[in-house]
Amino acid sequence: MTEQVIPTKQMPPGLQVENIDDRIMTLNVGPQHPGSGHMRIIVKIDGDYIVDADPDPGYVHRGEEKMAESRNYITNIPHLERPVIHDSCNILYPYVLGVEDLVGIEVPERAKYVRVITAELNRCIYIQYWLAIYGIFLGHSTMFMWPAGDRELLIDLMEKITGARVTHAYFIPGGVRNDVPANFEDVCLRQVNYFEKRIKEYADIFYDNPILKARTEDTGVLSKEDAIRLGTTGSVLRASGVDYDIRVKEPYDVYDELDVHTNVLKAGDSYARSKIPWLDMLESCNIIRQALEKMPKSGSIRTKLKPNPKGGDDEVYRRVESGRGAAGCHIISKSKPEPYRLKLSVGSFRNLIALPYLLKGEKLGNMPAVYWSLNYWPVEADR
Amino acid sequence: MSKAETTPPPKATPPPKATPPEKTEPPAPAFEKSYVDQITNQFSDDVEVEYIKENRTRVNVKKEKIAEVAKFIKDNTPFDHAESVTGVDFPEDKEIGVVYHLGSYTDDTYSKQVLALATRVPREENPNPGNDSTKLPSLRDMFYSVEFHEREVFEMLGVYFESHPDNRRLLLPEDWADLPPLRKDFRNKGR
Repeated sequence: MTEQVIPTKQMPPGLQVENIDDRIMTLNVGPQHPGSGHMRIIVKIDGDYIVDADPDPGYVHRGEEKMAESRNYITNIPHLERPVIHDSCNILYPYVLGVEDLVGIEVPERAKYVRVITAELNRCIYIQYWLAIYGIFLGHSTMFMWPAGDRELLIDLMEKITGARVTHAYFIPGGVRNDVPANFEDVCLRQVNYFEKRIKEYADIFYDNPILKARTEDTGVLSKEDAIRLGTTGSVLRASGVDYDIRVKEPYDVYDELDVHTNVLKAGDSYARSKIPWLDMLESCNIIRQALEKMPKSGSIRTKLKPNPKGGDDEVYRRVESGRGAAGCHIISKSKPEPYRLKLSVGSFRNLIALPYLLKGEKLGNMPAVYWSLNYWPVEADR
Repeated sequence: MSKAETTPPPKATPPPKATPPEKTEPPAPAFEKSYVDQITNQFSDDVEVEYIKENRTRVNVKKEKIAEVAKFIKDNTPFDHAESVTGVDFPEDKEIGVVYHLGSYTDDTYSKQVLALATRVPREENPNPGNDSTKLPSLRDMFYSVEFHEREVFEMLGVYFESHPDNRRLLLPEDWADLPPLRKDFRNKGR
């Protein structure tokens, strides 16, 4: 090791100075590298092994929380879904539930079912997108093509319901924006059944593939204790053997009337983390079928809001299970039409803490397998 | 947009307001009260219960005691991780609030509960993050998962967490030379 050279100048906090070593090489992966998403990971490597990893998010930070403070509860809807446009229903869900608590309105029964169905469809759309990326970065280009193509089925369905392919802005406080189209139940059931048949085929080509297993099994193992200690959530947590799904543990809307099974695996490696979202998609198909059966065939889909809804001097913290884990929304209201402070606590940001922990000691070539198995969406973490 | 100038219609006399019925506070839910009581019994003068609602409770703590209370919660209740850390600016009170939302994975009976642990630190008119009085002890030793959340609160509101091993910026650029952006006196351009 070279001798420490400490600069005499007083450095402002936040600025880092480091010594250059002749053995350890520092490598910037990202923020424009396709394998890192919109994020930089500063890895230090000794030969082929990663000795230190420092995630540096913020490349696509858009200040959603600051923006929310100057817009009212309704105009906040379209921009708050921007962090994850593929999962826009689920990222809006905690916000909408929170505003309903603050303003004190009831949601019609039919709207609750429509919400659950669209949220589950959106979860599948997001997971398909993630799975496509996961496949291509492990060198499996068929696994890029298949999910990207099958995803279109559900996107078409969402387009029929909401009018937009990805940025739906469909959930509003009090219900949903518009009713589902005529013969929606039949079309949805048919698409979902076909979709389920398709994704079951992924097992043959991807999940039972010995090459994938060799690359991802025993790679980046997160033990159950550490998964809890690091406060991870969603698929990362459930792949490490913790049975925790907010849809089951703290049911919102009509999830308590549906039979939701929590997928848990014990291994805690990259393989288990990548399998949980796929199992979740199969579970989503089950939930959608149940919800379609129980949904009231007619009725109101939204409770009308007052023109400029205000909350009292109150605060609320609501959470839902999104495609990447728990999504929480903390709204502080001061009797104004705008929220005083709005905080989004999202799954990607919470799972990021596991990345340096998992990468240390891995080979550099295993970095994509570990990084993408965290079900991480850089734009969501930055907000 | 130009508005047509019209004389406002004469105001109708509002009907006499009915006096609202006396509101009685519903009793606090027993389960939630039981674990909050555990905390209040231990730190009677230093904590103040803000609310006890169904599945959601909030306890305000003096900033000197926050680490002690967090350690007590970690050791004596099933809360084992922090879900979210919110920093809130209160310019009128000359204070910045920090709210930790704690949850539990290990105990099934606590899986619905979210305990908000809140504290307030003094707010400086001309902040110099890291070198002024806006400081708090870090809770990372008790709840490891706050690491990135506290880094975010540091850059966004200028609350410096002592004993945090890694007090660098997270989302903002390293050379950010303006006010911490989530303070209320930082104005959005064009707003």
